[in-house]
Amino acid sequence: MAFFKLFARNRGALIGLIILGVVTFLAATAHLFFPDDPFSLAGTPMSGPGQNGYLLGSDSLGRDVAAGIAHGAKTSLLIGLLATLVAVCVGIVMGALAGYHGGIIDNLLMRLTEMFQTIPSFIFAILLVAIMKPSIESIVIAIAVVSWPAVARLVRGEFLSLRNREFVQACHTLGMSDTRIILGEILPNCLSPVIVIGSLMVASAILIESGLAFLGLGDPNIMSWGFQIGAGRTLLRSAWWICTFPGIAILLTVLAINLVGEGINDALNPRLRERS
Amino acid sequence: MTQLLDIKGLDIALPANSQRPLAVSGMDLQLSTNEIVCVVGESGSGKSLTARAIMGLLPAPHVRVASGEILFNGEDLVKVSDDRLRALRGSEISMIFQEPMTALNPVMTIGVQIDEVFRFHQKMPSKERRARALQLLHDVQLPDPEQALKAYPHELSGGQRQRAMIAMALALDPKILIADEPTTALDVTTQAQVLKLIKEMQETHGTGVLFITHDFGVVADIADRVCVMQNGLVVETGTRDQVLRHPEHPYTKALIGAVPDLMPRPARPRSDETVLKVNALEKTYRSGGGLFGGKGREVHAADDVTFDLARGETLGIVGESGSGKSTVARCIVRLNDAEAGEILLDGVDLRPLGRAAMRPHRSKIQMVFQDPFASLNPRTRVGKIIAQGPIMYGATQQDAKARTLELLDIVGLDARAYDRYPHEFSGGQRQRIGIARALALEPDILVADEPVSALDVSIQAQILTLLDDIRERMNLSMVFITHDLRVAAQVCDRLAVMQRGKVIEVGPTAQVFADPQAEYTRQLLAAVPGKDWFSKPDAPKVVAAAG
Repeated sequence: MAFFKLFARNRGALIGLIILGVVTFLAATAHLFFPDDPFSLAGTPMSGPGQNGYLLGSDSLGRDVAAGIAHGAKTSLLIGLLATLVAVCVGIVMGALAGYHGGIIDNLLMRLTEMFQTIPSFIFAILLVAIMKPSIESIVIAIAVVSWPAVARLVRGEFLSLRNREFVQACHTLGMSDTRIILGEILPNCLSPVIVIGSLMVASAILIESGLAFLGLGDPNIMSWGFQIGAGRTLLRSAWWICTFPGIAILLTVLAINLVGEGINDALNPRLRERS
Repeated sequence: MTQLLDIKGLDIALPANSQRPLAVSGMDLQLSTNEIVCVVGESGSGKSLTARAIMGLLPAPHVRVASGEILFNGEDLVKVSDDRLRALRGSEISMIFQEPMTALNPVMTIGVQIDEVFRFHQKMPSKERRARALQLLHDVQLPDPEQALKAYPHELSGGQRQRAMIAMALALDPKILIADEPTTALDVTTQAQVLKLIKEMQETHGTGVLFITHDFGVVADIADRVCVMQNGLVVETGTRDQVLRHPEHPYTKALIGAVPDLMPRPARPRSDETVLKVNALEKTYRSGGGLFGGKGREVHAADDVTFDLARGETLGIVGESGSGKSTVARCIVRLNDAEAGEILLDGVDLRPLGRAAMRPHRSKIQMVFQDPFASLNPRTRVGKIIAQGPIMYGATQQDAKARTLELLDIVGLDARAYDRYPHEFSGGQRQRIGIARALALEPDILVADEPVSALDVSIQAQILTLLDDIRERMNLSMVFITHDLRVAAQVCDRLAVMQRGKVIEVGPTAQVFADPQAEYTRQLLAAVPGKDWFSKPDAPKVVAAAG
């Protein structure tokens, strides 16, 4: 409760949380409001917003844009969360091992991390999806693979500074095992920056997913905002609504997640906020 | 003597949710030319904020002067404009800080930094500025002023850095010098030299010095007048002799009473049983190098260190920073691996043991750490911090809890501490928790690495008494690492003096104090601040105690 109070002191974060709530609600109720397959050709193609019973219009094949956005929300959030979860887990393991043990292990793991970081992340993601065939799993894997190095570096830094703290040394003198020291003593102390970077990573994961879908590398059986924009891009001048509404959806969701992430950061690191 | 600074009714307000509304309240203080006024107090007494208020360096808007005047030659520094304040700082009033490494800019040479002071305040050709800077460094007795001009802060030692800071502060011959704990981060022999330097500089320039410190020994050595602060209030002011010889306020009396005197404690019979024997221990630190090799630096932190510890005895290892005393402690508890030598505990050599083989021996030898704020996991409850040791060695939850509550009682903490987090406790209380954790495994030997150096002097006395009490009760042997000879005199039966990784002298405390064999030990003893002031008059003199 005290945490929420701190969080709510940041007005932007509260707004972000509300937007995110709406998007989540939309994703959860998509099958209730739009029970039909969003890919189904529902009626007159190229109807404008409000025409022929389409709230946000229809695209060149007569698919309902509003239904696409609702079902796309599910895809975006799911992929964003899953990919982040995988990336954070991998990043924590790599970073913790490197930071705690130092020396050769650190050198090896960090050179490996750098290898991943030298390839531009979006191009790397395209490459991975193209190799693995587009599907939800391959997209999640691709996003996780390009995102974990940031977490690993962060966790490594925290571990490096914490492992020589006296309370960790006290655990050594008690004869505690490495696993217990890593999981029970050090990790809880570096979770707050990880939570913050994780919440911001959800946003970038959604962006990467949209980008992939826009390029036609999305899962062909699953509706996604990026796919909608890609499908409507050639008709931007004659049917603006096809691209615009999914675009706004992406914008708002990413913005909301960033605001929430910042709010969490402020609430977890109160001293940083006082400085501004 | 003319009055330079007149502080009247100064109130400094803290942010709304702080422990108390005013950091400093109703403070009155005068400073004249050619005198040193010491502001003494324990942590949180508001002494440093007073210094910052004079310099206009309070962290506004959270902490600000709420009311009162700070008159400098009749000009109120509280109301004066920022531009005027900037002109005064450095030229009329200057300041030296506790930690010269952070107060100096690490990417600029000493010469450039001193030059800046001249450039900002006066018009002077660059040749003359350089000559003046050189002269200053010469005045503060830096060994090679030419070289020091070109040196970066990290290339100088702590004492040299503080000398450079003093040179910079005195560059424009200010009327007031504010020194905020300038010798606290320094070794005792360096401290003595820097104090002497400040005194000399003050006498030649006729400067008024406001000296902030927590150490009554330093006060005794340097002060003309003393101002004692407690929780933001000035409780006593007077000349040095008045305050130190005849303190009026109970708090001043308590503070002065808490200063341990340099009298070794009475000798106790030494047990014949040796519990720990350290033989020819060697440890070298190598730094530098990397993935692709490269040349590193070598430091001999422990060089042929040999001593033994009898049952029930407290062995003090004393020395200055870098002498290797902490390294020895860490090697004994196997936080560091020594390269050669023996650490014999009950006839078993611990040094070559691997982690698994070491584990059964861990419980016999436990450690108390220096920093009570870093040595407890901030996210773990106190009960668990103490209980996790016994649980790891197979105690049931109930047994561990019962043991923990018993330990909390032994170290003088309430049973309610069990469910609290470390941040809810003060420094002294946290150190008690750290001691309880070390005792939880029922060790034979306690290694205490500077256990009181982060604590206020009144708390120090309590923790030292507690440690002594516990040693007695549990028949422990203790290795006590300290840089403070006063503390060593209080608790140690025998002393080992270390310098540059070598043990240069071992002997019973009284003997080492009365008749030091090594030149370095003599220097250390001579450098203890205020040594002539705090020996109790009825006690025999140090020399007489040799017997």
